[in-house]
Amino acid sequence: MASFTPTVPMAPPRTSRDDRGRVPPVDGGGGGGREPGSGSPNYRTRLRRARLGLGVALVPILMLFVSFTSAYIVRRGLPTLDPSTNQLVHDWLPVQLPTLLFLLNTCVLVVSSLTLELARRQLQREAALEPVQSMGVSLGQERKIPWLAITIVLGFCFLAGQWMAWQTLQLQGFYVATAPSSSFIYLLTGCHALHLFGGILALLAAGVATLLHRPLDSRRIVVDVAAWYWHFMALLWIYILALLEVAR
Amino acid sequence: MVAQESHEHAAPQGFIRKYVFSLDHKVIGLQYYFLALTAVFVGMVLSLLMRIHLVWPSATLPLFGDIKPETYLSLVTMHGTIMVFFVLTTAPQGGFGNYFLPIQIGAPDMAFPVLNMLSFWTTFVAFLVMVAAFFVVGGAPLHGWTGYAPLSALPSAGPGEGLGADLWITSIALFCVASLMGALNFLTTTLDLRARGMSMMRMPLTCWSWFITAILGLLAFGVLLSAGILLLMDRNLGTSFYVPLGTVNGQLTGHRGGSPLLWQHLFWFFGHPEVYIAILPGMGVASQVLSTFSRKPIFGYKAMVYAMLAIGLLGFMVWGHHMFMSGMSPYSAFAFSIMTMAIGVPSAIKTFNWLGTLHRGRIQFDSPMLFAIGFVSLFVSGGLSGPFLAQPTLDIPLHDTAFVPAHFHLIMGVAAIFGIFAATYYWFPKMFGRMMNERLGRIHFLFTLIGTYCIFMPMHYLGLAGQPRRYSQLTEVAYLHHLIPLNRFITYAAIITVTAQLVFLFNLFWSMFKGPKASDNPWRATTLEWTTATPPPHDNFAGRTPVVNHGPYEYSVPGAPRDYIMQTDPATVAAH
Repeated sequence: MASFTPTVPMAPPRTSRDDRGRVPPVDGGGGGGREPGSGSPNYRTRLRRARLGLGVALVPILMLFVSFTSAYIVRRGLPTLDPSTNQLVHDWLPVQLPTLLFLLNTCVLVVSSLTLELARRQLQREAALEPVQSMGVSLGQERKIPWLAITIVLGFCFLAGQWMAWQTLQLQGFYVATAPSSSFIYLLTGCHALHLFGGILALLAAGVATLLHRPLDSRRIVVDVAAWYWHFMALLWIYILALLEVAR
Repeated sequence: MVAQESHEHAAPQGFIRKYVFSLDHKVIGLQYYFLALTAVFVGMVLSLLMRIHLVWPSATLPLFGDIKPETYLSLVTMHGTIMVFFVLTTAPQGGFGNYFLPIQIGAPDMAFPVLNMLSFWTTFVAFLVMVAAFFVVGGAPLHGWTGYAPLSALPSAGPGEGLGADLWITSIALFCVASLMGALNFLTTTLDLRARGMSMMRMPLTCWSWFITAILGLLAFGVLLSAGILLLMDRNLGTSFYVPLGTVNGQLTGHRGGSPLLWQHLFWFFGHPEVYIAILPGMGVASQVLSTFSRKPIFGYKAMVYAMLAIGLLGFMVWGHHMFMSGMSPYSAFAFSIMTMAIGVPSAIKTFNWLGTLHRGRIQFDSPMLFAIGFVSLFVSGGLSGPFLAQPTLDIPLHDTAFVPAHFHLIMGVAAIFGIFAATYYWFPKMFGRMMNERLGRIHFLFTLIGTYCIFMPMHYLGLAGQPRRYSQLTEVAYLHHLIPLNRFITYAAIITVTAQLVFLFNLFWSMFKGPKASDNPWRATTLEWTTATPPPHDNFAGRTPVVNHGPYEYSVPGAPRDYIMQTDPATVAAH
């Protein structure tokens, strides 16, 4: 117990843990990472925070599809009673997938991933040249390819392709409730399409921000995070396609 | 206004931006808290109706009139759902977590304030959708908070299983999305916004508990969402994920081949971590309060952190112990049983550390401390019946009896609620700038502690004597006749306990406006929220950025001028 006499020089407190006297780590957000004089955290901090947030957000998306996969595997192996013959039968009808169309869609998505990466780098270059340009140095009109717009168009192409795949399945007579196999196809592709549409919305937001001449840093962060998300969606699509093809 | 400029968003003006669609984590925390307070009173009234119906089955009840068996089941369902989701998940994490996590780690706000606001309002809409189930044709669903298929998957299966069940599932799905947004914010904030010097191992245990709870939520709610999507498809699109071949009222359902067990696995993969989502923040608060009011460092800080991590990890491997009745292979049952009992180890570590913290401390029995001690007591009493139920051979006869509600109400229900009460009494001065009435707090504590023990302890005996759960009318059953007096006793205890909560409500709202003004650090505590003004300014630290030099629980340190060292106190002279 502390016996307090103010004249006695203070001994180093015996703390309950071993971090006595350790120099506080300098990294870590809250106070750090702010530009002096300005209120909001600087670009690097914001980018790191946004990337971290995205990484965390991918976990539940992954869990969603892991959980669908486990349901897929379990449901695929389940027999059911056929009331007419009183025999256990499997009601998992193998579906003839529109493989060619799916492969085409995969190509579209992979290419869109590449163009988005190019869009991301384009913005980085723009940011690097910004100080030079603001000094009034003209760098000549660089021919700018609208990679962001191309990505958005490719994203919509992918969605349209998926729509065509669903139409093809329905022409073959496979509806959502036809068989558990077809239910899962619509479920997995539908959920993926919905997630990808979220990515398109983010890119559209970045595009609108460009038109409105919003600060470059904010656009860079949106495009950077959307790019990581987009790559994840491409990988997820390849996984879904593999699952549907292999465990037909 | 330096303070406001240095904040990521300036202090809002106008009522709507300030109190309704606010981006301030403190306002959002209070919104969560009052949402949970509303929900807990709805849930409590439902439980009271059930208790009254169990002993006086012919009594007509206000709002509900005659209680039919299906009405009773919808009361069971809505009580469980509202309590688990909108109280036990919402108040400790959404409420106190939102309010105090950024302050305790020295951040001006959550990492993503807009997401935080969205998360609250989605929860709010989810609650409205849930309550709406009472008022639609057929009333609220009957399938219990666990929503077992095929009952939950067939609109024709019962009166509440039509629109009521659709609303129920929609509400749960919304709640999942809201919780995921919340968890995302908690994790990013904890990892990225800590003040200088606030290493992970210097965080208060409350922050650790919110952090681990967020991890659990992140992994669990996605699975519940997927289960809910499949259930909605079964109900509305004619798929057969959960519904096997069968008939309802002599009519073929049109489904075949689905597996009700699939729902159970998916649900409990979420459902068991959910139990820890409810109780972990309570553990954090109990640690914080026990240390503060014993004027001692928490005993075994690192062990406490690792124990919580272990509980979180093991919590994902034990879901099968809810399904021993499902005819699972004895080998898997054995594995689930062993894993479940293994959770006893970190739980015991925590309990002994709490007792070690109390041992030879200069204990001050203020209301927060009373509730924290009550938390430990209930955690032990409720926890001890866990290893019973963890064994398949014992669980099979006990599973559908009142023994199980007795067990989970003590440990997950009442213990977690005591955590919320402890947090309320502890942080009320910081949140509202006034002190709560101590005498009323003690009265509230005594009635609640004794009352809840009187409700749930005898329930174990009811279960052992074979009284089934979920049944509405047991007074006419011959072999349960001798239990009627005990059932009456429980109902009386419930009425008294519910009445005692009015004392709390009065104390809460009266003190908010009329309580004596609180100083900045009324409990002489060490963590960062006590270094700032009461109530905290918009950016928490009025433009300062705190620097942390000490661990969170430096009480009664020999040689220090006071009996506590705040986390921001300068590192000692000798250390330089």
